[in-house]
Amino acid sequence: MSLVQNFPFFSIILAMFSGILSSVLSGRKARNLSLAMIGITTLLSGATLAFCLRTGESYTYMMGHFPAPWGNEIRAGVLEGLTAVMFGVVMFLAVLGGLDHTAEDVEEKKLNLFYIMIDLMLSSLLALVYTNDLFTAYVFVEINTIAGCGLIMIRQKGRSMSAAIRYMIMSQIGSGLFLIGLSLLYDVTGHLLMSPAKESVEILAAAGDYRIPMLVIMAVISVGLAIKSGLYPFHYWIPDTYGYATPTASAVLSGLVSKGYIFLLVKIFYRVLGYDHVISSQMANVLYAFGVAGMVMGSVHAIQETDTRRMTAYSSVAQIGYIYMGIGLGTPSGMVAALFHIFTHSATKALLFISAVGLYEVSGDKKDFVSLRGAAYRNPLAGIGFAVGSLSMVGFPMLSGFISKLLFATSAQESPHKMLPTLFVLAVSTTLNAIYFLRLVITLYSRRRAEDDPIPEPVNAKSSWKLKLAILCFIGVNLVLGMASQPIVQAISDGLGMFD
Amino acid sequence: MAVINHLLFNIEETAAVILFGVGFTILLLHRNLIKKILGMNIMDTATYLFLASKGYITGRAVPIVVDGGQEVSAYINPVPSGLVLTGIVVSVSTTALMLSLTIRLYERYHSLDLDEILILAKEEEQS
Amino acid sequence: MSRRRDDYETSMAFRFLQWLNGESDTLSRNMEAREAIVRPEETFEAEAAQKKAYGEELSRLSAENADKRAVLRARGIRYFQRFYKVMSVILCIGIILVLLWTVAALPPTGGADNPANNEVAARYIEKGLQETGAVNIVTGMILDYRAFDTFGESCVLFIASCCVLVLLRLDADSKDESVRKMIAESDDRLFEPKNDVVLQKCACVLVPIILIFGIYIVLNGHLSPGGGFSGGAVLGSGLILYLNAYGYEKMSRMFTEKIYKRTTLCALTFYCLAKSYSFFTGANHLESGIPTGTPGAILSSGLILPLNICVGLVVACTMYVFYTLFRKGGM
Repeated sequence: MSLVQNFPFFSIILAMFSGILSSVLSGRKARNLSLAMIGITTLLSGATLAFCLRTGESYTYMMGHFPAPWGNEIRAGVLEGLTAVMFGVVMFLAVLGGLDHTAEDVEEKKLNLFYIMIDLMLSSLLALVYTNDLFTAYVFVEINTIAGCGLIMIRQKGRSMSAAIRYMIMSQIGSGLFLIGLSLLYDVTGHLLMSPAKESVEILAAAGDYRIPMLVIMAVISVGLAIKSGLYPFHYWIPDTYGYATPTASAVLSGLVSKGYIFLLVKIFYRVLGYDHVISSQMANVLYAFGVAGMVMGSVHAIQETDTRRMTAYSSVAQIGYIYMGIGLGTPSGMVAALFHIFTHSATKALLFISAVGLYEVSGDKKDFVSLRGAAYRNPLAGIGFAVGSLSMVGFPMLSGFISKLLFATSAQESPHKMLPTLFVLAVSTTLNAIYFLRLVITLYSRRRAEDDPIPEPVNAKSSWKLKLAILCFIGVNLVLGMASQPIVQAISDGLGMFD
Repeated sequence: MAVINHLLFNIEETAAVILFGVGFTILLLHRNLIKKILGMNIMDTATYLFLASKGYITGRAVPIVVDGGQEVSAYINPVPSGLVLTGIVVSVSTTALMLSLTIRLYERYHSLDLDEILILAKEEEQS
Repeated sequence: MSRRRDDYETSMAFRFLQWLNGESDTLSRNMEAREAIVRPEETFEAEAAQKKAYGEELSRLSAENADKRAVLRARGIRYFQRFYKVMSVILCIGIILVLLWTVAALPPTGGADNPANNEVAARYIEKGLQETGAVNIVTGMILDYRAFDTFGESCVLFIASCCVLVLLRLDADSKDESVRKMIAESDDRLFEPKNDVVLQKCACVLVPIILIFGIYIVLNGHLSPGGGFSGGAVLGSGLILYLNAYGYEKMSRMFTEKIYKRTTLCALTFYCLAKSYSFFTGANHLESGIPTGTPGAILSSGLILPLNICVGLVVACTMYVFYTLFRKGGM
């Protein structure tokens, strides 16, 4: 076994270990450690990705001396490596961009605790990406939930704490459903590792045994993870959660946490339950319906908001609807589109949250439309960043959002019954997206009127080089996803092929 | 009739899923935070009861090797016991976290009603 | 003929009696000696006044909130209440029916041929003793076969304690005015009986027994029912009992925040490194070189014993810290 194959395991353990170590460090040192750790894990994931691309196949890695089905295992392939790299990059830039605000929002003595949350969040995301064991997935889902809650409430304001408890309640409901689904699945298959469990599921399906339990398992696991990732009817915790946390936390929560759960769901569909069974049992159609509803309703809610952060959060609801719609289309190309949209959305939404910070800085920390009028002239780079992010969400060519919309539209043509509704909803949702995002962008670039309140003196007029660097890098990531999409889409579909 | 007989035979699991439903509903829809946390614990415990009853095999002993006897037919399934052990720690952690959030919210708003807290928090920010 | 003891004052019996009376410590005679607490009368009066003021403040606040609540009710929260009740009954019955429908189709409880009792469980039972060295198969399973889950679980506990620290720890030198007010309010020794003789006597007998029992459970985790988590919880409850009987001042002589941090760090670091070593060697098909020892002996089963000790320490500290943070926001 070559050394590169150890890298997924190294990256998970490294992230956990730096979290543990940060408990005795000062806030500053914990921050540096955290940044260094995220950088190193991203490089390790990149090496794993390169290795898998070169060999063209995936491999499993025993966590201990016992092979499956007895011991824990992790698994790495092209798709896992790509997702891990993407998560690492977005996490690094989100932490970098929000550094100054984190230092302001968090009490100095508790700063190291904030970075513990970040470290363990990354480790749990990596574990969710790489895991090949359902119960490991449950444990790391819980770490992810608790770390997410910690990131929200570390800014000890009334609203962020009420948002945190709401988040916790919804997440616990999701976890409870996921756990009962796991228990039922263990009861009928007798396995917790994904590959043997899939074999048992196939045998059961061929023999026609346990039809009802399998249907309920599928429903319960999907609904549990859908609640945790904020699919439309279960979305009501999202605006508060994303809207009132510190910027890094907002970017991480909207860009990564929900995506980790969706990736896990896709992995369970492919590697445990069997995507064919998911389609034939109508579960895919249910997810499709919820996704379509989310695409429209999320945008409708977003139009009604005047607070930019809440607006961006509602836009997340719509984008998660897109992803579930892609999963629900029931074709491989729909799944590729959904996975590509995971990358698009995590890069774009994090860009929006981080560059919005630069705009608030020059508008007296106000978040409503009126105060932000003309903000893009006062902080040009943040304005450009926000505009790029908005255009990408709307689907402007050359940016990543365009590619994902294109992929959704082409994949819709493969499924005869869903083609018309998909294209229609895509059109409606894009129009609505354009309405609320471009309205904000135009506000940002319009001159202030005479009757507006004078702008209060900016708190720190010049945003730091870290914020600028983060915005620039995010724009770069967006352009790369938009212009060099062909190899990435190819890698995603290769990776999906390795899932079976 | 066969269904009811089966349910009565699997009385532990029947009880577990009823408790799960009750806990789930309390967690989702009760307005009092403390009761929500109780509901969460009922839900988790119901899952553990379910797992534990799934690991049991009639007439067999706990999986601790006595006098070197290692036949499979002597012991119950050890896997669910391990899962329950892990699950309990997770639910202790989440309970502690939710209780501490409740303490802070109560100190701030002097209320345990989630709807009231949300409205009060909104008003606090606007003023 | 019975020999008269003239060295009674140095005998075990006398020392035990002294210790029981709380006059001295058996090990180091005067280290824990408790001075009789003489409290001047006026402190009690001051405290009573403080209590009264605090009570008045509370009732004022709740009256204020009652007004607010009335306003809220007028704004239609009532409708929500009715909606909640109807919804919850429907949802509860719905979920229960779906799950009952599922359970009715599941294999029977206690059946030996259920799908769950397959080759996985069989190997744990048949070879677990040889492969892990642990007599308790469940411990062998969670700390060796499925150790990654268990490491994740310790991290759940660790991160939950970090979150509780974020929420509830009050820093004395905080800039925030409200935090300092909270510190002043949270001195809850005010409201409880001081130096309760019954409690102290009971604790004096029970705490050592509880602690020894906890240590026993931790150390015998691979031999009998128990292990790091259960033993750690017992140890933590012993510490909490001691704290309740004797107060923070005495507790801080043996357990401070620094000690908590260092213990957790050391235990988790050891856990992390030990398990990384075993994962790494396992995945690369190397020999780990850790002997499993004779099954049944206390020093056996390779890494399981030290890991149990680590987990026990983490759990005990975390339980105690949860308690102190919930009570007064600090150690």
